[in-house]
Amino acid sequence: MLSVENLTKTYRTGDKALSDVSFTVPAGQVVGLIGPSGAGKSTLIRCVNRLVEPSSGSVRLNDVDVTRLGARDLRRARRRIGMIFQEYALVERLTVMENVLSGRLGYVPFWRSFTRRFPPQDIQRAFALLDRVGLSAHADKRADALSGGQRQRVGIARALEQEPELLLIDEPTASLDPRTSRQIMRLITEICRESGLPAIINIHDVVLAQQFTDRIIGLQSGRVVFDGAPSALTDDVLTRIYGAEDWKAMHKAAA
Amino acid sequence: MNWQHRTPRARLALWGFWFATVALFVWCWGLMTERTMWVFVQDAPRAAADIGSRAWPPRWSYMEQLWQPLWDTLNIATLGTLLGVVMAVPLAFLAASNTTPSRLVLRPAALLLIVASRSINSLIWALLLVSILGPGLLAGIIAIAFRSVGFVGKLLYEAIEETDVRQIEAVTATGAGPAQVLHYAIVPQVLPTFLGISVFRWDINIRESAILGLVGAGGLGMQLQASLNVLAWPQVLMICIVILGTVIASEWVSGKVRRALI
Repeated sequence: MLSVENLTKTYRTGDKALSDVSFTVPAGQVVGLIGPSGAGKSTLIRCVNRLVEPSSGSVRLNDVDVTRLGARDLRRARRRIGMIFQEYALVERLTVMENVLSGRLGYVPFWRSFTRRFPPQDIQRAFALLDRVGLSAHADKRADALSGGQRQRVGIARALEQEPELLLIDEPTASLDPRTSRQIMRLITEICRESGLPAIINIHDVVLAQQFTDRIIGLQSGRVVFDGAPSALTDDVLTRIYGAEDWKAMHKAAA
Repeated sequence: MNWQHRTPRARLALWGFWFATVALFVWCWGLMTERTMWVFVQDAPRAAADIGSRAWPPRWSYMEQLWQPLWDTLNIATLGTLLGVVMAVPLAFLAASNTTPSRLVLRPAALLLIVASRSINSLIWALLLVSILGPGLLAGIIAIAFRSVGFVGKLLYEAIEETDVRQIEAVTATGAGPAQVLHYAIVPQVLPTFLGISVFRWDINIRESAILGLVGAGGLGMQLQASLNVLAWPQVLMICIVILGTVIASEWVSGKVRRALI
């Protein structure tokens, strides 16, 4: 379970990216985080694993306050938080297998990762995950030889290789075509439901968010302006989050 | 509507700039040629033809004595490059703003070493080292290494600074330690560039090591110096042919290797 309390982030330039954000995510819940560009979605999920250092407030993952950890304990906390990125962020010149195994870096000592001698159970797990995401035939290909959808599957396998207790997902479909986007969203949500894994997904596409998530949080200028079920996302709410627009047309196009 | 690319003021400034440039050139030309003795210049084609005729034909049999210095030259270049690269890699990681452990102390120190190495020509390094270590191959190897440190170090730290931050962020997010982030996220990104830079520097070093002998640091240059001293022009020509051949060969090799890497 994740609980975020009064999280605030002010950048050195004085820009307030998040003000007083609070919410909790119980086990197995998939949360869609929506909001206009610059609303602080990306900052919010990066504050959870402290890729961005929050200014104040707390982030508790299973009763560990991540914001108060020292460097070593932070690495221990990070290895239980899987992250999936917008443009996959795979190490392009490493193979698919090496990318998936890099999910174990927080668990193995340097000499093991340096010599690529990962423990057998890590390798078994990596093969099982590649099989789960449908890429077992590509294990020894270099990451830059794959298509966008395949790369995102490798990104998913890398995050799951960490045996995470939480998934943070930053715009997983932003560079994918509509069909691949749906396949990726389906895969992510299926995996979360199978293993009771909570997830926060930053997503631009409101229709996708409504279709695949259990709950939606709307951010606007760093504040939570909506928190509720996808079905409660009315046109008024969308206007509150994004500003005025003809939402009827969007629903009609989606239907 | 009337549209003009430049305002009248900008046009005037541009015209003034070109006028000043031409005036400066004319003035400099006068200064440069003040002390030129034109009789020598007029004589130049004849003097060149004279040296040419003395040098022709090259003394092919001299090759017997050139194999050893040629081998020395290749060794100076190769060992010097290796030694330079070994010193340059840690310096580059200290100098790159995204990998340096200390921005206030180590980074400026590493940058200073890189600049110092780059600002001194190999021939000057060799001159210094010959007077410290005595003449011979060792001085040549170290001279080449010292000059290569700056070259490889600068290009490598720039490559490190240009790495994709998202890949680094992704590996950091798995809970990897700093050494693991370096090895998994940064090394794969800079490795091809690094190998390319090293081979390129080796290619340059072949050329530079061929003349280091002029100041006593071993190799072909020493033979060149000896031949020039006794005005043995056919031998000088032979040495020039060997240097040309070696440089062409090294360029061909480095081109092949770099194409294979990218």
